[in-house]
Amino acid sequence: MKTDLYSHPDYYNLDDLYTEEQLLVRDAARAWVKKEVSPIIDEHYENATFPMHLLRGLGEIGAFGPYIPEEYGGPGLDQISYGLIMQELERCDSGLRSTASVQSSLVMYPIWKYGNEEQRLKYLPKLATGEMMGCFGLTEPDHGSNPGGMTTNFKDAGDHVILNGAKMWISNAPFADIAVVWAKDETGRIHGLIVERGMEGFSTPEMHGKLSLRASATGELIFVDVKVPKANILPNKTGLGAPLGCLDSARFGIAWGALGAAMDCYDQALRYCKERTQFGVPIGSFQLQQKKLAEMITEITKAQLLTFRLGQLRNEGRATSAQISMAKRNNCEVAMNIAREARQIHGGMGITSEYSMMRHMANLESVVTYEGTHDIHLLITGMDVTGIPAFARDMPDLSKM
Amino acid sequence: MNILVCISKSPDTTSKIAFTDGNTKFDENGVQYIVNPYDEWYALVRALELKETIGGNVTIITVGNTADESIIRKALAIGADNAVRIDAEPTDAFFVATQIAEYAKKNNFDLVLTGKETINYNGSQVAGMVAEFLDVPFASQASKLDVNGTTLTLEQEIVGGLQIVEVSTPAVVSCAKGMAEQRIPNMRGIMAARTKPLEVIAPSEVEVYTSFESYSLPDAKKACRMIDPSNMAELVDLLHNEAKVI
Ligand SMILES: Cc1cc2nc3c(=O)[nH]c(=O)nc-3n(C[C@H](O)[C@H](O)[C@H](O)COP(=O)(O)OP(=O)(O)OC[C@H]3O[C@@H](n4cnc5c(N)ncnc54)[C@H](O)[C@@H]3O)c2cc1C
Repeated sequence: MKTDLYSHPDYYNLDDLYTEEQLLVRDAARAWVKKEVSPIIDEHYENATFPMHLLRGLGEIGAFGPYIPEEYGGPGLDQISYGLIMQELERCDSGLRSTASVQSSLVMYPIWKYGNEEQRLKYLPKLATGEMMGCFGLTEPDHGSNPGGMTTNFKDAGDHVILNGAKMWISNAPFADIAVVWAKDETGRIHGLIVERGMEGFSTPEMHGKLSLRASATGELIFVDVKVPKANILPNKTGLGAPLGCLDSARFGIAWGALGAAMDCYDQALRYCKERTQFGVPIGSFQLQQKKLAEMITEITKAQLLTFRLGQLRNEGRATSAQISMAKRNNCEVAMNIAREARQIHGGMGITSEYSMMRHMANLESVVTYEGTHDIHLLITGMDVTGIPAFARDMPDLSKM
Repeated sequence: MNILVCISKSPDTTSKIAFTDGNTKFDENGVQYIVNPYDEWYALVRALELKETIGGNVTIITVGNTADESIIRKALAIGADNAVRIDAEPTDAFFVATQIAEYAKKNNFDLVLTGKETINYNGSQVAGMVAEFLDVPFASQASKLDVNGTTLTLEQEIVGGLQIVEVSTPAVVSCAKGMAEQRIPNMRGIMAARTKPLEVIAPSEVEVYTSFESYSLPDAKKACRMIDPSNMAELVDLLHNEAKVI
């Protein structure tokens, strides 16, 4: 079996800035990943199966709701620790990180922030250990980048509501015990509802044929007259801002995670450059390969600094949605470019599962798309700096042109 | 059983090794430290296993400065009950062993465990010295350790086989591969480590007998030369006249 030799690049000695506990959390996650995940990830990726047996271990290393306070069964870590755990997971595979991100930021976060005390105590401790798994239903077949247009809706029926509609592209859906679903009430206002597996009319068919994020399970959520008790509605925040708040948290984790994938690709490329000889010398002695490595480590270092500062701002409660958006977009793009360059450095070997670049490359196509596409994040930054939203526009009347 | 585990730091195995001050000092810039693997994987984990089966307490001790508290926290996260840091630069084995022995004398341990060596200096001296200062038996490089009352049964690898020895407690044992399996700290352990006691003690005065004259890196690996299997004479000639190993 091949050994996972990963060690992270740290060109600007960023490790000096992390706390003892942050490093401990990161190193524990890395050791766990090397022992439990690296040896089996390719098999799951190739077979398009989610490694269910890892859920307990993910809970043990704190990957589910790292920042959830101890009173709700979480470890009460800071945001940088959350980022570092996501980085270690995605360093191995984006699918693994996706499962942890969804559970943490899209399921536990809204229950913690928008739920009442009963809901918190009922769900959070079990979600923290992985004994209960959740998914997040925002995207619909006809509403991806524009979730505000959603048609999933519920009607008041006394002590419960009747939920109808469909969600698509939902990570963890096939095995989730609960789904945090965003739907409109009769006035068109968006609310979050906790839908539990087993409720009549609720099904979660798996989506097949993904050529990216293959070790992550993705499915649909279908609601046909599902009776959801009113006690399952998240009371403390409504409107599109509620799911967007979850996305802030998840995008923050993705920014760290995507960078992890980039760091893994660079680490392998650097090693390969020194080991592989052609024309009698290591390929790392050729200027063209050095240029690639030099650009990679530069982009990684910039992204590390961006992400670290974002972590500080988030710890202080000061990170804006636009700042988080920039880091998500930048780090996904950097990671995609580095995965490709690193793959090229490996020549033919680079396309095999002997190395992880090709898997990272394919995974990152999902990562750059979900939680806001690259384009949408450009529009977010564009709006932030100009003050002018450019997301939607009226269709010009073509007959008058 | 009251167990003292000695832990020390060593540079992460991927660290770039370099020297400063005219090659008389190890360059710590950018170096990340880990708990010396023999201390962590074998000595500490075996101590915890013993505690889990027969009860007792596991104290860890390190001689080092504030920066070394990161390795202490890790050992606490893995499961040690409390920690002691002797607040001093660990200048040489004699100095370190004296400090540890002084603490151990005052605190009545049934068993002192160390790794068989650190992976940076590979000195293998501290455990033996501690045993000598405490005037208790010392067993080195044990790959298995069982406790029955006050009797320790140990396995040591020797050339071509195994040797089984018994010593009675209190004793000092240095631990080698095989003694236990690495444990990865889990979140519960990391959280518990936040509040576990860490006592910082001033060092006692000890004469320093060693000074480091200079460090150097090993020669760079030379390119591998392939010799045709039919050409034994050439191989022998190269080994004799060029590599000068036979
Ligand atoms: C593997 C995977 C897992 C996912 N998991 C989840 C999940 O757990 N929960 C969930 O709710 N969703 C999930 N998603 C859905 C994801 O968030 C959406 O795919 C994403 O928001 C994009 O929506 P869309 O696919 O409908 O693309 P569209 O919105 O149709 O976009 C198509 C193209 O048009 C561009 N575009 C759209 N609007 C504009 C505009 N205003 N200006 C310029 N260009 C524009 C986009 O950038 C994109 O290039 C997942 C997706 C994938 C692939």
